[in-house]
Amino acid sequence: MMNRAYAKGPMSHLTLTAVSLIMLYPVIWWIGASLKKNTEMGLPSLWPDTPMWDNYIKGWQVTAEYSFTTFFVNTLVMEFWSVLGGVLTSAIVAYGFGRLQFALRGFWFSILLLTMMLPGQVTIVPQYIFYNNLGFVDSYIPLVLPHFFGGGAFFVFLLVQFIRGIPRELDEAAKIDGASVYGIFLRVIFPLIRPALVTVAIFTFIWSWDDFFGQVLYLSSIEKYTVGLGLRMFIDQFEIQWGQLLAMSLLSVLPSVIVFFLAQKHFVEGIATTGIKG
Amino acid sequence: MASKSSVVTLPAKARARRSVISGRQHLAGYLFIAPWLIGFFLLTLWPILRSFYLSFTEYSLLDDPTWIGLGNYEDIFLNDRIFVQSLKVTFTFVLLSVPLKLFFSLFVAILLNKSIRGISFYRTAIYFPSLIGGSIAVSVLWRNIFDLNGYINHVLSWFGIPAVGWLSNPDTSLLTLVLLNAWQFGSTMVIFLAGLKQIPSDLYESASVDGATRWRRFFHITLPMLSPVMFFNLVLGVIGSFQMFTSAFIITNGGPANSTYMYALFLFEKAFKNYQMGYASALAWILLVIVAALTLLNFALSKYWVYYEAEGGRSK
Repeated sequence: MMNRAYAKGPMSHLTLTAVSLIMLYPVIWWIGASLKKNTEMGLPSLWPDTPMWDNYIKGWQVTAEYSFTTFFVNTLVMEFWSVLGGVLTSAIVAYGFGRLQFALRGFWFSILLLTMMLPGQVTIVPQYIFYNNLGFVDSYIPLVLPHFFGGGAFFVFLLVQFIRGIPRELDEAAKIDGASVYGIFLRVIFPLIRPALVTVAIFTFIWSWDDFFGQVLYLSSIEKYTVGLGLRMFIDQFEIQWGQLLAMSLLSVLPSVIVFFLAQKHFVEGIATTGIKG
Repeated sequence: MASKSSVVTLPAKARARRSVISGRQHLAGYLFIAPWLIGFFLLTLWPILRSFYLSFTEYSLLDDPTWIGLGNYEDIFLNDRIFVQSLKVTFTFVLLSVPLKLFFSLFVAILLNKSIRGISFYRTAIYFPSLIGGSIAVSVLWRNIFDLNGYINHVLSWFGIPAVGWLSNPDTSLLTLVLLNAWQFGSTMVIFLAGLKQIPSDLYESASVDGATRWRRFFHITLPMLSPVMFFNLVLGVIGSFQMFTSAFIITNGGPANSTYMYALFLFEKAFKNYQMGYASALAWILLVIVAALTLLNFALSKYWVYYEAEGGRSK
């Protein structure tokens, strides 16, 4: 739009292609490397002479007892609850902040924004003790439960901005038709914020998938391992099987990639319409 | 533009209406924010206060906490050389990676803010590394690429540059983590992009009519209009970089010679390897004070460079 005046011509395509290549090159190399023998690892050739498909088979069956089937199922079950909790409760909380009038609303909203800036490390020790006392360590509860409390300040903020952009006339019309605040939420706001909720779902999915810190902290028995923890098992071996490790790593990012591509359109819209500009 | 910014603040109408809110409305409001409010008390406020208390105790999870006053803080500031080292590493990391990431992501956002064919392909390609960025998988990839026998050294050897032990040399190990962090600039870039899209195009048009060059337009329109977004990214970037954990844990595990021993890793090991919960809580509170001070400093400095259009000029 704005840059149309100087966006024409092959120069922008050239620069963009160059930048894209720089960004993607490690990923492309990664795909080839996942089929290499350990001895070929350092070679810059993109593709090995004889692809070792075995890396995927052996890597998948990382130990005699447990394979990545277990780890993927574990992670996906954990993801299901996290995303469900995040989407439902962030929408509810955001409606409260975005539309309803109540005492101290401004105060609580500032607190919410402040918690976005809080380093997670400050709460981690007492949280761990808390879950430990309740016997929840080595379960998925510490990883899933926080998502049921509004899904995180960032998401609430994002949705509040989105809700404030929805014309109030829609609420008023529903009110005249006899809808209560609950009815307005269910029938007017919730359907309208779906694009933003998709953003919340994608981010929740990807961030939970990548929350290695939490997984290392709270999961200790192998049968409960997530994909990330399964990958770490390779690193703890005496001699790292790089091919297998890179093969499994590659598979481990696939779910995030698939989720992203399925919902990509909503995702960009969701961000661009939040008026995050401040 | 005025309507856009009023979306962010409380509408004046809402303020006037506040006096006539009924009890049922208060109740409804609190019912809706209840999930967050409960979570805030249970998982944020109480843990913060609790960790403040624990920071004055010795506590190993097995026995009850024993009050030792300022003992932990004395140990940390007077005797703990690892603390000083991890602070040094973390500050270096923040100072290198935050500006690098901001610069790079702004550059790419400007490149991508164009309506040319195939732009969504480029956008996806460039966003891709960030999509998978935080995962342990990427740390694994990085560890392999920068290995002594890895890909980077092989490419350098074509130019006659001798192999460098990127990860085994204390002088370069932190640099590889900075590069990894910069490679994942996607979410910063997306926020810049959203900001760029909100700059009214008539500003550029009238500037062009007045004969402003591309550079002038960049420095006199784009940068000032984008400064609130820049500020947002800067504040969150600093806070995020202070908490860098996975890559230091997986790629270098703090080594060699503690050259990548990031503060978050230090805290993690004190708490969950040595089970020194009191000591770790003191470290957490020191981190909180440092991050809060830097954030306040950022806010204080912002009035010199962040431009808020709604106030019709530089903010006071």
